[in-house]
Amino acid sequence: MEIIYTDVLVIGGGLAGQRAAIGAKRRGHETIVLSLVPAKRSHSAAAQGGMQASLGNCLGASGDNEDIHFADTVRGSDWGADQHVVRMFTHTAPKAIRELAAWGVPWNRVQRGEHEITVDGQKRTIAESDAAHGLITSRNFGGTGKWRACYVSDGTGHAMLYTMSNQAIAAGIPVHERMEALALIHDGGRCCGAIVRNLQSGKLLAYVARATCIATGGYGRIYRVSTNAVINEGMGAAIALETGIASLGNMEAIQFHPTAIVPAGILVTEGCRGDGGLLLDAAGHRFMPDYEPQKMELASRDVVSRRMEEHIAAGHGVQGRFGEHLWLDIRLLGKAHIERNLREVKEICHYFLGIDPVRDLIPVRPAQHYSMGGIRTDHRGQSPQLRGLFAAGESACWDIHGFNRLGGNSVAETVVAGMIVGDSIADFCDSPEGELQVSTALVEEFGQRERQRLAGIGSGNGGESAFELTRLMQDTMTGNVGIFRHGDRLREAVDTLQELQCRAANITLRSSAPGANPELVAAYRLQRMLKLAQCTAYGALQRTESRGAHYRADYPRRNDGEWLRRTLATWPAPEATLPSLDYEALDIMTMELPPGWRGYGDKDHIAHPDTERRKHQISAALAPLGDSADRYTRQQALMPFEHLLPPHLRRRNQRLGDES
Amino acid sequence: MNRIPVQEVRRSLQIRILRHNPHDPASKPCLQTFELEEAESMTLFIALNEIRQTMDPSLQFDFVCRAGICGSCGMIINGRPGLACRTLTRNLPECITLAPLPGFELIGDLSVNTGKWMRGMSERLETWVHQRDLDRADIDQLEERMEPDLAERIYELERCIECGCCIAACGTARMREDFVGAVGLNQIMRFRLDPRDERSDADFYALVGDESGVFGCMTLLGCEDYCPKDLPLAAQIAFLRRRMVATGA
Repeated sequence: MEIIYTDVLVIGGGLAGQRAAIGAKRRGHETIVLSLVPAKRSHSAAAQGGMQASLGNCLGASGDNEDIHFADTVRGSDWGADQHVVRMFTHTAPKAIRELAAWGVPWNRVQRGEHEITVDGQKRTIAESDAAHGLITSRNFGGTGKWRACYVSDGTGHAMLYTMSNQAIAAGIPVHERMEALALIHDGGRCCGAIVRNLQSGKLLAYVARATCIATGGYGRIYRVSTNAVINEGMGAAIALETGIASLGNMEAIQFHPTAIVPAGILVTEGCRGDGGLLLDAAGHRFMPDYEPQKMELASRDVVSRRMEEHIAAGHGVQGRFGEHLWLDIRLLGKAHIERNLREVKEICHYFLGIDPVRDLIPVRPAQHYSMGGIRTDHRGQSPQLRGLFAAGESACWDIHGFNRLGGNSVAETVVAGMIVGDSIADFCDSPEGELQVSTALVEEFGQRERQRLAGIGSGNGGESAFELTRLMQDTMTGNVGIFRHGDRLREAVDTLQELQCRAANITLRSSAPGANPELVAAYRLQRMLKLAQCTAYGALQRTESRGAHYRADYPRRNDGEWLRRTLATWPAPEATLPSLDYEALDIMTMELPPGWRGYGDKDHIAHPDTERRKHQISAALAPLGDSADRYTRQQALMPFEHLLPPHLRRRNQRLGDES
Repeated sequence: MNRIPVQEVRRSLQIRILRHNPHDPASKPCLQTFELEEAESMTLFIALNEIRQTMDPSLQFDFVCRAGICGSCGMIINGRPGLACRTLTRNLPECITLAPLPGFELIGDLSVNTGKWMRGMSERLETWVHQRDLDRADIDQLEERMEPDLAERIYELERCIECGCCIAACGTARMREDFVGAVGLNQIMRFRLDPRDERSDADFYALVGDESGVFGCMTLLGCEDYCPKDLPLAAQIAFLRRRMVATGA
């Protein structure tokens, strides 16, 4: 078997993977990126509406800072996030966006003078200042206190990914395209690289690396209706799970985006609502203010999606050819705005629906969109269980999103994580721990194991079809592990998935075509996806509360007393059909923002006894500072975090009006 | 009654696909026809997956986003290059012929190696912002200002998704393997427009001031006709050619 040696192996060529690769390479470590597809085609390109960073340049953003971004993100997560990591994230996001600005992203800029905007269904005129002219502007998004989503029209992810990829090319980082990691090589405690399949020739090869970083995105394709690209099958998370050592965090935390077009499931950006678009029902009634008087269409995604499904269930959906849906109305934004700031939306509507959103309503319904769960890492991106294994971006759970991610925080996370984890990988490689001793016998053993697995799939005579079983898995997840969950349905899903896992061992391939063999690919990915699906379904069954996007109709309240805990899933043995679940408590006594009401959604929750204690402690810590202390001092008194960041990312972020 | 009757009977589509697997020594290029019933709102993405799942599991093609934004699924659809994922079958006749994009290395059937080609183009034209000390940019201070209109004009050219349709539609690219094509020339224009890139016209001339670059274009305009993102390619190339003539003279 061919063996390729490198210092750093990054699996995944999207924003997180490439930024981590650039970071490691800059520090002098040879780095190779593996990608299922050409890197510029990664799913990062699909992010439309914006990247959250508290620059505070435009009028709607004035007064914004890390504190507000922090609080929005923690509330968005329904207190499931790791608050230290959220602080690291919100502190680094402005740096990430400024770095990308220097590298070439054509961020939309503030234009001085008067502008017409649409707020709450009404036209208003605002005036941008001379001082802000030419700085990066931002738009409104759900669940945020300020206009914080910086954007490039509605092709934000595309522009970011192209700039990032071009910088990676400039840095001379090789991207081995059409390569799929099938297994991590490890000796039980140390990750040493991966066994990889060439998706053109079908050949297996090994990459031996001192550090391995998984950045393969989410696992949305375990669902039938998903906005995700077809490559988002979670293979990075799956191979980490299959080590039996690394754990996956909060796999049951799945986000459903309110506005996917019907029936294709293609996303139209939250920017539609951020810019003033409305949700209407069959009667043309704007229903969100009835449910969410505070934030209306711009509550967090979990809340809006739930309200939409609730409204459909109450009989207000539009009967369409493909089932029921609701309407997204952006007509009120006007032709000029749509053609300038929502042009991808216009294109998608034109090609897939044959409509023009300038004149027509867009049929939408919530669809699976984002995986909050992923490979559990520490705050620097390393697996606590398997040394030398790192993860970044959507495939990781380090964990800034908890049980619901805010719009615009995903692309922000990819780049911030790439910056922090890339540096952390370099530190690791520079340390004695980064030295690797690996025998070729171990590499060969893992190669042999994968070769046998593939041969086993090919030789089966059980008559099962990989495509058919994939469809059944996806139907099960969309039907039983969706927006509204219930113990009975979840148990049914767990049973069905166990049965599918047994059936997946009896797949017969109809094609033995040399080369890539797409049927074989579908078969081996299915076996891994079923494990991720089971972690999701089983985790959801065990979590007897409602938190963020995880809503249990039979346990409708958030229960901090029992469930302020992160689910950790490991796969105990290759033949097992259920994960082992473990739980990691979130310590309220170290939180800067103790649990409370999010400002939208249900007010009712079961409090943890520590919440009151921590609140008193916080008041006591702030009292001696008086009113004159600045926000940095107050924050420092509650939850210091700067020491967790790499030294070059610790400095304060300058904003308009700050002394430089 | 000059009204087109509502289509109620579902059409039966004949999809002819140019097949070849270069990894199989026994494979010879041939057209294979698949018949399937058209569904409501069916795209070529849906049709091709149905063929693979129910008729021929060895069929190779590339889709990623299936939303018209990633550029993976360029192919020749009834003689014209286009993105398969956003092509609705209802806009096509019953007989649909699909072939891989010419001009790129064939991986198998409808899958071609646009990634390798585009990476080569990027390396050759150095499609990134050239600025001294970029890795030491101060990211703590306010960002450099940019005129809002200029940012939008850069994005207009940045919208290219490197799908390869312009190469497949290009006469020069048929004749010259080293032609950088509209995709490459557009990138030059994009970085030339960008004040963050310190390269001069003389630097760009060194990259594209010959027949493999801007002087290879025969103004057949196939690139602009088939660009799925409607980029103003012909105007960009014409402008660049004038600038390069002035620079080279």
